[in-house]
Amino acid sequence: MLKIENLQASINDKSILKGLNLEVKAGEVHAIMGPNGAGKSTLANIIAGKEEYEVTNGTIELNGEDISELAPEERAHNGVFLSFQYPVEIPGVSVTNFIKTAINETRKAKGLEDMPAKDMLKMIREKSELLEIDRKFLSRSLNEGFSGGEKKRNEIFQMAMLEPKLAILDETDSGLDIDALRIVANGVNKLKSKDNAVIVITHYQRLLDYIVPDFVHVLHNGKIVKSGDASLALELEAKGYDWIKQELV
Amino acid sequence: MELKDKILSSYVAFENRVDTNSDVHQIRSEAFQNFEDLGFPTKKLEAWKYTSLNTVLKPDYSIFPNKENDIELSDVKKYFIHDIDAYKLVFVDGKYNSFLSETTHDNFDVCLMSAALSKQKYRAVIENYFNKIAKQDNLTSLNTAFANEGAYIYIPKNVEVKKPIQIINFTTGSESATMLQPRNLIVVEENAHVQIIERHQSLTTNPVLTNAVTEIFADKRAFVDYYKIQNDKTNASLVDNTFIEQQSNSVVAVHTFSFGGNITRNNLNFYQKGQHIDSILKGITIIEGKQHVDHHTLVHHIEPNCESHQDYKGIYDERSTGVFNGKVVVEKEAQKTNAYQQNNNILVNDKATINAKPQLEIFADDVKCSHGCTIGQLDNEALFYMQQRGIPKKEGKALLMYAFANTVLESVKIPEVKQRITELIAKKLGVDIGFDL
Repeated sequence: MLKIENLQASINDKSILKGLNLEVKAGEVHAIMGPNGAGKSTLANIIAGKEEYEVTNGTIELNGEDISELAPEERAHNGVFLSFQYPVEIPGVSVTNFIKTAINETRKAKGLEDMPAKDMLKMIREKSELLEIDRKFLSRSLNEGFSGGEKKRNEIFQMAMLEPKLAILDETDSGLDIDALRIVANGVNKLKSKDNAVIVITHYQRLLDYIVPDFVHVLHNGKIVKSGDASLALELEAKGYDWIKQELV
Repeated sequence: MELKDKILSSYVAFENRVDTNSDVHQIRSEAFQNFEDLGFPTKKLEAWKYTSLNTVLKPDYSIFPNKENDIELSDVKKYFIHDIDAYKLVFVDGKYNSFLSETTHDNFDVCLMSAALSKQKYRAVIENYFNKIAKQDNLTSLNTAFANEGAYIYIPKNVEVKKPIQIINFTTGSESATMLQPRNLIVVEENAHVQIIERHQSLTTNPVLTNAVTEIFADKRAFVDYYKIQNDKTNASLVDNTFIEQQSNSVVAVHTFSFGGNITRNNLNFYQKGQHIDSILKGITIIEGKQHVDHHTLVHHIEPNCESHQDYKGIYDERSTGVFNGKVVVEKEAQKTNAYQQNNNILVNDKATINAKPQLEIFADDVKCSHGCTIGQLDNEALFYMQQRGIPKKEGKALLMYAFANTVLESVKIPEVKQRITELIAKKLGVDIGFDL
């Protein structure tokens, strides 16, 4: 699914990723953990194609195709989804109309007709039920005045609608109370299949109680310095990150 | 010959051509004298500091467009809101076109200014209302001096006009540059309702300069809903002078959509002469190239307990320039006034310019007056967010701009007008996207 080799990237001449390798196969859940400033969000943004970052070396392949030169929307059309840590407020555009536009633009890029309104409504109803989203919520302006939890739930709702191959959840657990966390995790688990993959970026082990990863990676100073199974996350929760830093010395 | 001299020397010929009663003759002569004294406005005048007419005054305009070119409905249908049943007042090169028009005298008048100015049966209305609130400044005086043709709309007490009225001025001037002086008078009596859509459209490649004056009188509890669609070609310039007098409990809303033209200057003036009046001034400006749009608004709060709401949104690309000068005057007697003014602008390009100037003169001490003005750029983070969801950059930008302008659009009361404006915006932004917000 995703294969990253020797990825080096910088922003404003400041080097952030320093030779990162990662391989994610279909059907897998990977967690990326690490201290603040390690480059976790940068990695997520670079995979999604944010233009402010400069990739200076290395490759990003999605299903065998190098996507590092593609525009963010082209990557999205190829099945990359990034759940934002801080979803943007867009006054004047309702949740429903935003997702309609997103789906139909994606279909247009694939040479398909717009999704029939009936199918769209049915899908919106199903997916909003999955994430326990109120109907009224869908007619509100996108993210405007949403609570932290509502914003994150809305991100996962969009993910459910867009059915990506590769979903990257950037700090989706931050700002969520325990009930919202359960709903969001439940949604992600239901959307998981043998054909798609999920990368969970998080500080804390908490979310991983609900979304159980196949692999856990520790990102430190722009590189993955340690990989393991789900037990590594528990170890990090108990011992913090310092022991890994010391191991590296 | 300079344009001013040419205009001055044409005046006698004009006066000889029009059939008129002596009162109007007197008004025209005074206005002519006024224009002779004042001439065209220059940048030395505070009100014209950011808008220069120099280039638009250069062409050798024909003062009386003689040749009336025939136009076919099929050629100009797109400039009408054609999917609604409406009364129509259509002028071609300043002359009434009966073929394209649909007037009425049933229980209200939708007809011609030239008839109203000359016929005895309109005399009382003309005496009471004609040139009563139009300012005596340079360009309004020029229009008054040559006032002859335009829309005359008279809605008597308690009449609710069911169909909107469209006023369209076409210019065909195939032989030379054309200068037009349309003059409209709209009188809406007590508890009467009317909706009006106005448009100026050039069909020629020659320069066009339109200097329009519209006077609107809204009596007690009257309701006037007015839409100005400005989407002209870049050879056409427009100075629109609109003066509105409101009596108690009346509501007047003017929406101005400025999407094209060379230089467009909107002088929109509201005078509140009663209590519990609501005045609504809204606008969307989207321009590019070297286009220039200047909104000069005035709301004069004279009596207590009235409201005014202003909301102007501007999107400026390439080297386009904009001006927003919003003046609110609250007289000492006008206690409990609630005046709201909002002006937000996006500069899409580094070379675009906006001069924004809120101007509040408040002499009463128990009022609510708020104003806000912003100038910004498109939010790159929001754009990345949209792209990440599969919406291409161009469409994403368009969606952001559309959402930005939406607060103005949502108060449009005629669905077909709203639909048309939405289409015009999508076309302007070069996207084929089903905005349905």
